[in-house]
Amino acid sequence: MSVQPTQPTPPALEVRGVTKRFGALVVLRGIDLVLRQGEVLGLVGDNGAGKSTLVKILSGFHQQDEGDVIVGGERVRFHSVRAARAHGIETVYQDLALIPQLPVYLNLFLGHEVTKLGPLRFLDKSSMRKLSRQYLDEINVRVPSIDAEAEQLSGGQRQAVAVARSVRAAPKILLLDEPLAAMGARESKLIINLVKDLASSGRVSIIVIDHNYAHLFELCDRINVMQGGRITLDQQVHETSLENLTELMISSYRSQLEEISSDGA
Amino acid sequence: MHSGAPSDIAAPVARPPGQQREAASILRRVLRLFLYQRELTPILITVGLFAYFTIRAGSTFTGSLSLSSASGYAGPIGAIAVGEVLLLVLAEIDLSAGQVFLFAPWVMYWMHNLGLPIALSILIALAVCGGVGAVNGLITVRLNVPSFVTTLAMNFVLFGLVLIYSSDAEASPIPLSSSNGSPGFSSQFMGSWLWSEILWVLVITILGTVLLRRTRFGVRIIATGGNLLGAAEAGVPVRRVKVWCFVLCSFLAGLVGIVDAVKYGSLDPGNFGVDYILYAVGACVIGGTALTGGRGTVIGAFIGAILIGILEDGLTLIGVSTNDFYVWVGVVIIFAMALNAQFDRLIARSRGT
Repeated sequence: MSVQPTQPTPPALEVRGVTKRFGALVVLRGIDLVLRQGEVLGLVGDNGAGKSTLVKILSGFHQQDEGDVIVGGERVRFHSVRAARAHGIETVYQDLALIPQLPVYLNLFLGHEVTKLGPLRFLDKSSMRKLSRQYLDEINVRVPSIDAEAEQLSGGQRQAVAVARSVRAAPKILLLDEPLAAMGARESKLIINLVKDLASSGRVSIIVIDHNYAHLFELCDRINVMQGGRITLDQQVHETSLENLTELMISSYRSQLEEISSDGA
Repeated sequence: MHSGAPSDIAAPVARPPGQQREAASILRRVLRLFLYQRELTPILITVGLFAYFTIRAGSTFTGSLSLSSASGYAGPIGAIAVGEVLLLVLAEIDLSAGQVFLFAPWVMYWMHNLGLPIALSILIALAVCGGVGAVNGLITVRLNVPSFVTTLAMNFVLFGLVLIYSSDAEASPIPLSSSNGSPGFSSQFMGSWLWSEILWVLVITILGTVLLRRTRFGVRIIATGGNLLGAAEAGVPVRRVKVWCFVLCSFLAGLVGIVDAVKYGSLDPGNFGVDYILYAVGACVIGGTALTGGRGTVIGAFIGAILIGILEDGLTLIGVSTNDFYVWVGVVIIFAMALNAQFDRLIARSRGT
């Protein structure tokens, strides 16, 4: 269908040979991963495959033992979440982000409130309202009202607002942790469209972590399967069908299992 | 309404269904108003009580003696409740604020007896109160002691300190109080005028409301109480917000505590602050503040205090015994809490509309 993208610009993110041990437990055994500019990359794997450890290295919670993380062509090593943020990496955790009792517009501006009257720090509600409306229109997020409390939104709307808030910080890379968890079909569609729009507008490159193949198939340009601390499959989504993809993953699992059992023998 | 138009043409005599729908929509709007303006219900109840006692007791109730005694009940409760609301919104609580209310005038009294000028004595007392709040807050956020326990302990510490340093003897006369001779302006201002305490509380209420609803600090209080982890993730300094609210709560309790002492002119070391704190938390609940965090109204707490004051004063005037008063306070608190819980459910259910 479409041509393999050539890369005149460096990838948004590159991971080379990253390993991580916790004591005797080897969690990552040399991860190689590329996130291209404006791409949505899915990361799938069972519990214990190492995907959350990888994400925690990328978002600055953990540091790798070996290997390199390269953001926009620059080798980096994050010693804190703040450091990762400073390099334009934002993480949206599932359903943790919003304050249920605050209206949408204050949720969007939480931590970066617009204030007036100098040191008294009075809220400039009208400008925050106006800016929120403009911003949500711009990225096609629909909520019943920007004055609605987050509690009154549906799960999908909440997730959309949470993503919108993270994107407002103008990150280069967005890490989404199970963005479609516990969501109905229509709700999922909302988030899928938002994520795709954000990526295709070139605002941000996105890594989505999930263990649901069907979700990732709809959401992503490319899917990486993690297994036993390695990337075991790297598949363009448009070159395959969901059935094929599932088949590929199962056979990849099988060969990996055989490898492990023959290693043990 | 446009939806009513076609049926108007078909049956011009019949009442257009649009009118019915309009009534329903007005009803829904009224319900919404009560859902989001939690102070409305206690205001209506307070007005109702006021009317009832006016009918039953007439000018005995509406006379300035009776009303000043009602505001005398309401003042201390309101002063403590206003600060307490901030902590309840944070999903914390301060059980020591009542004791701080009683402690502050003692500090002022001791400082004055040491020969310090009155203004300086007051400032020192207020600083000590703020310090007590800071200790409450720091122990709570740094040592991870639940604020219920921190402030319960602080309550006993302050009570003990008063007993120790007062040598169990009453303090009198309090500096500035009218028993020192004819009260001047500063004395009137600080409490000896009949209405000054309730005015202090009213001013604090207004400032507290502005703080919670209009400032960045207020948003941070709501965010911290509504979703601690999410607020911290978004960059809200949640620990600092908590400590400052403890400081504010103690400071306000101490401030009005001094006003209250000047008003009565003497201090009894045997007074126990827990009495005040239970009424104050009750006033917060009556006013529409849940104890679950993230929601609360400062005006509501003030109204709750007024309601309790009117109830106590009114029941006394119509000859009902104080014992009945306690039963009524209990009933009102339960009623208010149940109503709040139902309102919260309605809000949660109105999703997506």
